[in-house]
Parts: sequence; structure tokens; C-alpha cells
Amino acid sequence: MPPAIQCRELRKTYDGKVEAVRGLNLEIQAGECFGLLGPNGAGKTTTIEILEGLLEPTSGQVTILGHTWKENARELREWLGISLQETRLSEKLTVRETVELFSGFYRQPLPPREVLEQMQLEEKADAWVGKLSGGQRQRLAVATALVGNPKVLFLDEPTTGLDPQSRRQLWDIIRRFQQAGGTVLLTTHYMDEAERLCDRLAIIDHGQVIAEGTPADLIDRLGGHHMVEFQVSGNSDGNALGIWRALPGVESVRHDNGLVCLNVREPHLTIPALLDAVTKEGEQLLHLTTRQASLEDVFVRLTGRHLREE
Amino acid sequence: MTVAQQTPSTPIVPPAAAPHNRRWSGFTHLLMARLLELKREPEVIFWVFGFPVLLALGLGIAFRNKPAETTLVAIVESPGAQDALVMLQRSPRNSSIRADLVDQQQALQGFRLGKYDLVVVPDGKEGFQYRYDPARPESVLSRAEVNDALQAGAGRKDPVPTSSVTSSEPGSRYIDFLIPGLLGMNLMNSGMWGIGFALVDMRQRKLLKRFLATPMRRSDFLLALTSSRLVLMIIEIGLLLGFGVLVFHMRVLGSLFTIVLLAAIGAVAFGGLGLLTASRAQKLESVSGLMNIVMMPMWIFSGVFFSSERFPAMLQPFIKMLPLTALNEALRATILQGASLGTQSGRILILVLWGGVSFALALRWFRWT
Repeated sequence: MPPAIQCRELRKTYDGKVEAVRGLNLEIQAGECFGLLGPNGAGKTTTIEILEGLLEPTSGQVTILGHTWKENARELREWLGISLQETRLSEKLTVRETVELFSGFYRQPLPPREVLEQMQLEEKADAWVGKLSGGQRQRLAVATALVGNPKVLFLDEPTTGLDPQSRRQLWDIIRRFQQAGGTVLLTTHYMDEAERLCDRLAIIDHGQVIAEGTPADLIDRLGGHHMVEFQVSGNSDGNALGIWRALPGVESVRHDNGLVCLNVREPHLTIPALLDAVTKEGEQLLHLTTRQASLEDVFVRLTGRHLREE
Repeated sequence: MTVAQQTPSTPIVPPAAAPHNRRWSGFTHLLMARLLELKREPEVIFWVFGFPVLLALGLGIAFRNKPAETTLVAIVESPGAQDALVMLQRSPRNSSIRADLVDQQQALQGFRLGKYDLVVVPDGKEGFQYRYDPARPESVLSRAEVNDALQAGAGRKDPVPTSSVTSSEPGSRYIDFLIPGLLGMNLMNSGMWGIGFALVDMRQRKLLKRFLATPMRRSDFLLALTSSRLVLMIIEIGLLLGFGVLVFHMRVLGSLFTIVLLAAIGAVAFGGLGLLTASRAQKLESVSGLMNIVMMPMWIFSGVFFSSERFPAMLQPFIKMLPLTALNEALRATILQGASLGTQSGRILILVLWGGVSFALALRWFRWT
């Protein structure tokens, strides 16, 4: 069985200048939920649109379910369900009419009624699209992608701008699709989303994959699974970082908004040593927390930046 | 999560229960969706249906009672003015002349502002001086009229006996000229806006791109958009012609079939032009500008409100090549004179060429994203 989605040495240069994607390789197996993770402008949307056959790559190869866009576009369209970033569907059609319209494009769609039920949109079935909330619109967008009964689902930032409840609803929908045997490729800049939803993910920055693996793998690569964050009263300039780096069990150190963040392997060894060091320096501890390391830490470690820079 | 324990809501339905779509399913769905959207757009209803009827009504009323046109004349107060008034009242043309006795300043000012068509100045020796503007047709007419009346009032006898019969048959009135022109203009307006605007709007909201991500055939999409125009067109024709017949007792001489066919060719031609205009535009503002540039010459030259023959002969070849001129003339010949399709082949050719070339170029340049 060929991989559901595969691309090799994908490149996309806009107007001969802007390199949005620079030599990207991916291989996604059937039945996987795969996440493309990265900050805005990393090339996620360009990548997913090339995979969806909506953009021509400047160079590189794409095969979806063993077929290429050049040879088999029409078949591929029947097999893929796509939700683009920021599509504004016709406001003066009802939810039902919209799903029916999209079902009309496929040879063997699902019954629209059934899809509305799955998406928990039955109550809104006769409401105009223009009257829906953000979460409902997003579910409708996914409904239009699912009504064709796809084998592969592409979702470009499906939960951006949604409230927590709507996000959770969408996650359930995506999981159910996957449990029924579907393959999912989604982009997101939410770390928690990637951690909970994706079997594997690729972190993308500047048009390249900078790390790839299961969420647990990626966190493992940090070295330690724990983060210790603290603030001291005095100067916390560059020189001081050396002191903290030398503490037992510390894998890495960074500054973050006035806090010092330590990635540590064994917090029970590091914290007493940290307290001693603070006293020895003659400073006062203003703040101290510990937490589990997350993908966000992986990203910051890899790029020195946060995913969503304010 | 407890997803695994949920009642199995498998999204994959056994093929037997699944609907199975045929070749034209996409097209019919698109067409129905488009018509529903149009129906729910109050602006569309007004511009396509309400506006032309209101325009016809307004212009029809404004120009209805043409024959009883009266001319307004100022007689400057002076000795002899009273005589002039009496002579005018005695004349058989009295009904078409309204004369005011005013002082010189008022008379001249009224004349300059267009309130009076003519100023009559008694010269005090039983003669009169006319002040009129040879560049104003109604002023020239007024001078002849008043002169006739004064001479007759003074006792002039016509050497040759004459008589007149008035004629304002349906078919020769302004409203008869106007309605086919409005029909043509409406087909242009709604064809261009209906297709061009809708396309750019869908492009702007990335809906075109979303459609492209489905197995939808692109040709089905364009066909559905055009077909929705044809459905609207049938309603437009019925409304405007029905209005003309019912309210203004207009006579439709040509066959309805010919009229619908001509209108359909026109609607498709302008649909093509709309498609071309909107083939690349990314914003509604820019497409509005383009549309107006394309349509402006036709509003002026193509004989909607007045005959295009009024323009100098030098411009005529250019005017005749415009699609709206061809459509208006063909509609007029058919509706007012009962001309057959065969005699319209030249005009039809012009429309088909405009439509065909626009469609071909539009399909080459068209951008879905």
C-alpha cells in the first residue's frame, strides 16, 4: 500500500524571489493523523495547498494515494476532502443547501443529512450560513470536506480563532474520521492541538522540516521532560545564564519574558541546587514554577522563537 | 477520550445506501444554489426587475402627453400688449399657447431660464417683435405658432384650404421606442453585473478555490452561472414586455420565440463580456470600475433612450459594432416591426462574435484564485 501522502524535495518560489517552501520531504501513512506545525509564514499553507493540487510546486514530486496530480487529478479530487483556510461560503444559502451543493460534486457522496448529524449541525440546518457562529462555520467547512466521503482529509488551521468548546468538538470529529480509517493532514499553530490530535507531526520553519516524529519523540529530544521557570530579584543578564546552566540535571537554559527557563531531567535534584545558588548569589527568588515540557518548548529550543509571536 | 466507546457512527455508508451522482449533478446543484442566492438578494430583485419597470413607468409618464404640448410666451407690458393677448385668444390655436403679461425684465429673465419659449414685444405701432433662440427647437416652434396665431387673429386668410389628422398610434410613441431599449440595457446590466460581480465576489471569498478543490467540472460552473442568467432573462422579458402591454398598451408585433431567442443571445453575449471583465480582478472595487468603463459607451451610444442615429455619420460604423446597439436594434425591429430572425442575421452575428470572443479570452485568462 503506497503512503497516503508523499512529497520529495518540494520547493515553491513566488515571483522568483520569495522562497516559501525549500526542499520539503514528507511521508504520511494511510490512517495517520499528521500535523504540520509552525509559526505564521513558515510555509504550512503553501505546502498543504501544493499537496492538495491547488498550487503548482516550483519543483519536487507529490504523490497522493500513489497517484500524481498531473495524471490523475479527477480521481484524486473524488478521494480528498479539503477545508481551506478562511473560505467564506455563500452567506445566503442554508447549511443544508451548502452541504447538498458540495455533495453534488462527488460521484458517491455521503447523505448530507448524515454529515450534518455527525457535525452536530442539524439544529442549524435551515439557518443561513451568514448567521452562524465561528465554530459552526468551521464545522460546516469540515462538513463540506467530509460529504464527499474522502479517504484523505486536509484541514488548514481548522481551529484557529475558535473557542475551546468548538475546538474540542472539531477534534472529536477529526478523531472519528480517523477511527473510520481516514487519513488526516492538518496544519496548526496550536501546540496542544498537535499534541492531542496528531500521531506524528513535522515542525516547519522557513519552508523546511526542522523536526519530525511523534509528539512524545519530539519532547524526548529536548533531553528533559520538565521545565523549571523562575525569576530572581537582581540582574538576570547573559552572564547569569552560565550559573543556571551548570546546575545538576539541567539540559538547556533560556530567557523568556524576564523568566529564566530551565529544561531539566530530574527536578528533585535541580531545584534544591537552584535555591542554594540563588542564596549564594545574594539574590531573592520572586517566582518559581515547574511544569511538563511541551511542544512549544521543543519549538522554542529549535528556533529560539515562540510559535505565536505577539 | 471516550470516543472509542461512542455508538459507532461510522461515516462510511454501505455503497448501496449512498446517493450516486450522475454527470449533471454538479451543474444542477450549482444552478439551484445560484438561483436561491439570487432570490434571497433583495438588491438583485430591485436592480434586475424593479428598476427597469420604474424607469419605464417614469419615462413613459413624462413623455406620454406629447401632442398637447403648450408653449409659454411672455408678452412685455406696453401699449399694444393687451391687443396681442386678445388676438391670441381669438385665434383657433389658442389652446396650445399660454401667454403671460409681464414687464420687460421679468420676460427676459424668464426667457433666459427656459420658463418662456418666446418673448413678444409690441412695438407700439400695431407691430410685434419676437425674441427667440434659434438653437432651441421649442423656441423656434413657439415663434411659428405665435406668429400664425397673431396673423390669423388679425384677420389673415389662408389662400389654400388645409386640414390635419392627428396620429399617435401604438408603435410610434416614445414608450414603444423605449421599452425594447430598456430590455436591451437591462440584459447588458444584469449580464455584466450578474456574472462579473458574482465571480469576483466568489474569488475574493476564496469560494472559487474551494470549488476547485472538489471534483466539480470548471465548465459546469461557468455553464451554471450563465444558465442562471438565462432563467432571470426570461423573467425580465416577461416583466418589461408585460408591463409595456398592460400599462402602455404597447403592441408586440414579432413572435415571442424570436424575442426570447434574441434576448438569450444577448444575455449570453453580455455574460461572456462580464466573464472577461471579471476574469482576473481580485477586488469588487476594481471590477466595478472595469464594468463601468466597458458599459459606459453603450449606455450613451447604443440607442437606449434615444435613437443612435442622432450621432454623426462618422461614428455610426463604431456604434453599429457595439453589442448593445445590435441587440437594441434587433429587439426593436422584432418587437415594433415584427421583423423575422432571418433579417436580423447581421446583428446576431455581431452579438455572437462579441460573446464568443469574450468567452474564449475569458477562459484563457480566467483565474480561480
